[in-house]
Amino acid sequence: MATTDVAPQGTGGQLGRKRIVNDMSIQVATVNGSGSQSSNTVLLRAIFQMGVPISGKNLFPSNIAGLPTWYTIRANKDGYIGRKKEIDFLVAMNAETAQDDVMSLAAGASVLYDQPLALDKLRDDLIFYSVPYDKIVATVCPEAKLRKLVKNMVYVGVVAQLLEIEMGEVEKAIRKQFAKKVKAATLNLGAAQAGFDYAKTNLQKRGAFYIERMDKTAGKIIIDGNSAAALGCMFAGCTVVTWYPITPSSSLVETMIDYMKDHRIGPDGKATFAIVQAEDELAAIGMVIGAGWAGARSMTATAGPGISLMSEFAGLAYYAEIPGVIWDIQRVGPSTGLPTRTSQGDILATAFLSHGDTKHVMLIPASAAECFSMASEAFNLAEQFQTLVFVMSDLDLGMNNWMSDPFEYPTTPIKRGKVLGKKDLEKLGGFSRYKDLDGDGVGYRTLPGTEHPAAAYFTRGSGHNDKSNYSERPDDYENNMERLNRKFESTRSFVPRPEIQKGDKAKIGIIAYGTSHWGIIESRDQLHNEYSIETDYLRLRAYPFTREVHEFIEQHERVYVVEQNRDAQMLSLLKLDLKPELMTRLRSIAHLDGLPLDARSVTDELSTMEGK
Amino acid sequence: MATTPVEPRSPEPKTNHIGLTVIDYKGGKTTLCAGCGHNAISERIIEAMYDMGVQPERVAKLSGIGCSSKSPAYFMNRSHSFNSVHGRMPSVATGAMLANRNLIALGVSGDGDTASIGIGQFVHLMRRNLPLIYIIEDNGVYGLTKGQFSATADLGSKLKSGVLNDLPPIDTCTLAIQLGATFVGRSFSGDKRQLSTMLKAAIAHHGTVMLDVVSPCVTFNDHEGSTKSYKYVKDHEETLQEMSFVPHFEEIDVEYDAGTTVSVTMHDGSHLQLRKLEENYDPTDRIAAMKRLSEAHDKGEVLTGVFYVNTKSPSFLDMLNMVDEPLATLPESLTRPGREALEAAMEELR
Repeated sequence: MATTDVAPQGTGGQLGRKRIVNDMSIQVATVNGSGSQSSNTVLLRAIFQMGVPISGKNLFPSNIAGLPTWYTIRANKDGYIGRKKEIDFLVAMNAETAQDDVMSLAAGASVLYDQPLALDKLRDDLIFYSVPYDKIVATVCPEAKLRKLVKNMVYVGVVAQLLEIEMGEVEKAIRKQFAKKVKAATLNLGAAQAGFDYAKTNLQKRGAFYIERMDKTAGKIIIDGNSAAALGCMFAGCTVVTWYPITPSSSLVETMIDYMKDHRIGPDGKATFAIVQAEDELAAIGMVIGAGWAGARSMTATAGPGISLMSEFAGLAYYAEIPGVIWDIQRVGPSTGLPTRTSQGDILATAFLSHGDTKHVMLIPASAAECFSMASEAFNLAEQFQTLVFVMSDLDLGMNNWMSDPFEYPTTPIKRGKVLGKKDLEKLGGFSRYKDLDGDGVGYRTLPGTEHPAAAYFTRGSGHNDKSNYSERPDDYENNMERLNRKFESTRSFVPRPEIQKGDKAKIGIIAYGTSHWGIIESRDQLHNEYSIETDYLRLRAYPFTREVHEFIEQHERVYVVEQNRDAQMLSLLKLDLKPELMTRLRSIAHLDGLPLDARSVTDELSTMEGK
Repeated sequence: MATTPVEPRSPEPKTNHIGLTVIDYKGGKTTLCAGCGHNAISERIIEAMYDMGVQPERVAKLSGIGCSSKSPAYFMNRSHSFNSVHGRMPSVATGAMLANRNLIALGVSGDGDTASIGIGQFVHLMRRNLPLIYIIEDNGVYGLTKGQFSATADLGSKLKSGVLNDLPPIDTCTLAIQLGATFVGRSFSGDKRQLSTMLKAAIAHHGTVMLDVVSPCVTFNDHEGSTKSYKYVKDHEETLQEMSFVPHFEEIDVEYDAGTTVSVTMHDGSHLQLRKLEENYDPTDRIAAMKRLSEAHDKGEVLTGVFYVNTKSPSFLDMLNMVDEPLATLPESLTRPGREALEAAMEELR
């Protein structure tokens, strides 16, 4: 399978003439389970350490070992770190996909291949470099059984030499990668150096692509969104985590377990948290809800199929008004769909998850930094509004490597919402669980275990009155539902506001969210530079929509809603919110091939729709 | 709809050892049918909690869906209660106990809620040995949906309409013992003394208590041909032990014969004394317990008693190694690590 659909076109015209610096995508095609991840990380880090903005994306199958996998590094001096549609430099290590991989390249691209694959006969408009990996690796790795793992590090050295990546940085990256394994570090260093030396002696550089030292990554970190979310949840004061393994969310909780062990166990060896692997997603959310009811900051992480299973409980939590945070690391469809490919396909289902008139708050991070900061926001909102809050990440954000500014320590205190304790009850004498005293639709609650005879209340779905007594009276039901609606409306003023990039003359607006952001910022520049199309841009960060979203649409003649699903799910949600006369301004740009959104696809489609 | 108030035993001025009257344990008026076994169970719960001097505010009542699961509204109004989702009370209870390990969790379920829709969560709850008293109010039919069979209905049992059950029952006690529950018994809603005693021992136990209480449905399953009717249970009940209970705050004043009586020291220091009605029955022997249950099944007996007790296994909460105070109310100083922790994490990622 090829990962790009760029047909060969024209001749490169760059052989030995142009010098393209710090602007390329490198794709490494390997076999799943071959240890290539370490090599890829080293290559990524070496470029990053040279001050060049990067991102690293792993395109992998739903399989543990033996199937093709591709890792793409984007290096870009202007900070465009979304996926680039075209591959500039292919490292072909996988015999099975090599031919397809080569055929899908644009003219002028470079191919570094394992000598026995003999790929150089396939096309005459590419630059080929052949490397006898097995011979090289045999000289540096006496132990035959380790050669398979070390082989991949040889290409790092070759690539470094060809692209002029400093070997000092490669060495630094290898030492970081194998920090606790001195022997492995030495072995891998030898392999990288052997690759470098081979290239220096035997290969003649012909391609146009170079890495040069610059200063755009000083102080920055490399992290995946799931790890960022894990850190965020730890600093958000989360105390109960219940989960069921599902790609691509598992690493969120697994990383969290590591962080919590490091930072949330006291000197007496006792944990300030409980993390429980449940028997399924039904139980995972049931535990979240039980814990939220009893006062813990509880969460789970899942993906689309898990969200489906959580549907019934989500309805109960909505009506019974229980706080909890659910991370949805969105991916493509069913378990036998493309579970290791990215998507934004759970938006509409999650917004109204469950039975009856349910609707849920969703936060939508676009970056690792937002995965971190939105964790605290999600828990605070969940407890303030006594409701579930869904954080809609995706596989591209959650599992891929992103460059980020270091995270800022949370400035907002942990807010536990309207909880009455023993002393409050002594003053008040009693309380009505579901009475709207403050006009925001949010009642006061007590926690089980509160030592006061009037503390207890009976929790059930929607069949209750203000005092949480059983009721099937029509007016009680209607009043309750109206109050729940008031509560949802109140959240509009508290959810994260959209990020708006706006000039004063554009008639065209773009609305996008989540990881689409990285394609959009690049596409807007392409539209400006190549088509003179000026655009303003609003990045949604939450549902329900805030006032700014309506204003933005009012201010533009046409608004393109870009999203990674087929049915324009966010656009549909917007339509439900908009005045009828504004609905016709919305147009959909849908991206649904399971690959992270790239700028070129958006630019092509938008410019075509604009008649250019 | 018939209503029978579940009144605690005649109001007495008496107080228990924490100074509360039985009125402090009462609940709302029941909306279940007159004569429903579930109401009797609610009364026994009130008695046991009162007798044991349990602070009502420490109790969390949890239930799924069905007639059984409505009943927490009919006892202990001073305890928080959560009438949750069909078959999924175990997960809600687990979450609640993770949040506040000091709660006394009382789960009330039915046979459909446990053995049919809820079997998945039930078996995993049993595996974990979470401190929780799990009561199945077992009548073999769905009451709220008007009398369909559940998965504990016996083979050949007959519905009012004449339909025969053609599938074998799930024995929840055998399952519970096999999977790791540490206090497992069966009783009958009509046996006041036995049920009360078992409930008191359940309160004294730290771990998963699974009590299957046969509780006839007077409306849909109390007729000739039903194996869960009052008459059938009375005619077929085999009792393993005669039991008595001495709470930790009372002196043991009656000597027992070690040859005929097993005395179990519970976690809180109480003593459960089981006078053997069957020779050689050892309630600490898991395999024997499962064997005896299997025999009862083959013989058509309704076997009651304490089948299995294990006071040695660690509970799920013990294994999680949490701080002593409830996670729910830990202050920010304990749940949000300091700036240096974030800085260290950032440095590793540079």
